[in-house]
Amino acid sequence: MPINFIYPDYEVVRDNTRCIRCRACERQCANCVHSYDAESNFMKSDESKCVNCHRCVSLCPTRALKIVRTPHTFKENNNWNERAIEEIYMQANSGGVLLSSMGNPEKYPVYWDKILINASQVTNPPIDPLREPMETRTFLGKKPSKIERNPDGSLKDNLPPQLELEMPIMFSAMSYGSISYNAHESMARAAQALGTYYNTGEGGLHEDFYKYGANTIVQVASGRFGVYNDYLNAGAAIEIKMGQGAKPGIGGHLPGTKIVGDIAKTRMIPEGSDAISPAPHHDIYSIEDLRQLVFSLKEATEYKKPVIVKVAAVHNIAAIASGIARSGADIIAIDGFRGGTGAAPTRIRDNVGIPIELALASVDSRLRDEGIRNTVSLVVGGSIRNSADVVKAIALGADAVYIATGALIALGCHLCRNCQSGNCNWGIATQKPELVRRLNPDIGYRRLVNLLTAWNREIKELMGGMGINSIEALKGNRLMLRGIGLTEKELEILGISHAGE
Amino acid sequence: MKKVYVNEKWCLGCHLCEYYCAYANSGERDMVKALTNLQIHPRIQIEEQNGISFAVSCRHCDEPLCVKGCITGALTKQDGVIVIDKDKCVGCYTCILSCPYGAISHNETGAIQKCELCTKTAEGVPQCVKGCPNGAIVFEER
Repeated sequence: MPINFIYPDYEVVRDNTRCIRCRACERQCANCVHSYDAESNFMKSDESKCVNCHRCVSLCPTRALKIVRTPHTFKENNNWNERAIEEIYMQANSGGVLLSSMGNPEKYPVYWDKILINASQVTNPPIDPLREPMETRTFLGKKPSKIERNPDGSLKDNLPPQLELEMPIMFSAMSYGSISYNAHESMARAAQALGTYYNTGEGGLHEDFYKYGANTIVQVASGRFGVYNDYLNAGAAIEIKMGQGAKPGIGGHLPGTKIVGDIAKTRMIPEGSDAISPAPHHDIYSIEDLRQLVFSLKEATEYKKPVIVKVAAVHNIAAIASGIARSGADIIAIDGFRGGTGAAPTRIRDNVGIPIELALASVDSRLRDEGIRNTVSLVVGGSIRNSADVVKAIALGADAVYIATGALIALGCHLCRNCQSGNCNWGIATQKPELVRRLNPDIGYRRLVNLLTAWNREIKELMGGMGINSIEALKGNRLMLRGIGLTEKELEILGISHAGE
Repeated sequence: MKKVYVNEKWCLGCHLCEYYCAYANSGERDMVKALTNLQIHPRIQIEEQNGISFAVSCRHCDEPLCVKGCITGALTKQDGVIVIDKDKCVGCYTCILSCPYGAISHNETGAIQKCELCTKTAEGVPQCVKGCPNGAIVFEER
């Protein structure tokens, strides 16, 4: 047997004075960590298989379990830290590209946490959202540059198609295949109940979910899986995915083992074949090419639906966004480098892209400077963690935000970051029927509705504190923000003053 | 009348309902104390085969064969719930033989036991329903 260089990351700590041997942990662990030894009447655990997803911990009826980081250590070294050493062991063992999932976990600055929100005192009154009307309804889409009138003087309706959101939060793209049927159903039903939208991701739209079309954004990505006329017309808007925050510049690969049954049918590819999304769209090598796809999709849907172009936040994002705005797109979605994924090469996830806060500020400024901000709406994603992040994003210039990781956490995800294994114990990032079953959409959709209802309440409270009663008045209102502990350059890019200024 | 129903689509086969049932009927106030080193005999039991599982407990039938068959009148239907009067039961097991669902079993302390919808437990509401992590067991009117 070859030498195993890696010691398990976690330890399963079982309090045997509490364990009643109900074996729920054993039955619920898809990684087979727990087992029961009848002879000694003891539960055993193999921590080398543990991914720290907390399924057993959450279901243990007597709270007899906890997972702790192993104190086992290498000799301390700030340069060659444990992770650096273990990754070398792994690659020396496999010869492969390291894979990870969910968003970039590295210690880069989180600008949301370095921005503070204003409140009214004395000179202008705060508003109590429980007593006074407060509006968080938002419309996404191209806004006309001028008022046009008919010969008789009446107003001409020159408003291009819009998405109407009851709150400035949508569920971001996650494909059927990367996440389960029940996760999709939860989001679709929640979007309908909340008056917002969820996004199919690139895996097509399951036939059962066409009925939620009015609250669905259908995605067209480089693999074009499941794209046909009815699909395009089923949704309320169409999103062209050029890139993803977790892995800018590369495509996707859903292994053939996951392309089974309904997933193959929905993606319109043979069962067992790998679903490979190329890094580029092979018909898009310029803004002019993008314009062709934007208008092809508009033609296919009779100019009734807004078209979103989604890109990852990369170094020259402002110029890219300017180009997209001129391509005829109605909405630009920007995904920051902390955005999640079902699987990405670790090096790309952890080293490519830029923070969404900086990308958003620079795109909004650039589009304003060019006088074309009204021609597109801006939607940002890539780790919006709470309602304060939403408020900060909108004050920085976003029209709405996309959440995905947050939504999955609401559904039970514990961010163990093992989506790529397909063994999700919470029934989210898996296609195994016995695991998918663990996510009951009746429960899941209510949790999503609760989450966004709570956030919307908090947004109203924060707005009320600022003396603002409409989300429109917060949009791009950077005077409501102050930086804390940021450099001159960072403040300049964010377009905000430092706290105390 | 509200009864306990099971939707096998959402049953995970985790067997936690059995443990919550045994705990509720133990009379103990601490689950660990109630169930440590104990072979439980819950009133709700998981049936499973070929990846399908579901919990079975008393259906509280409209025409209960157990009540009809009971020779001493220990089993009666009160407000729709089939309840046991332990003092009357002589342990003939006719009810166990006649229940088509296998929902009645013998009991170490009394003669028989069956689900009485937690009407006699401290909580007063079915604990299998409350303890089900996936909403597979419900307590509702149908």
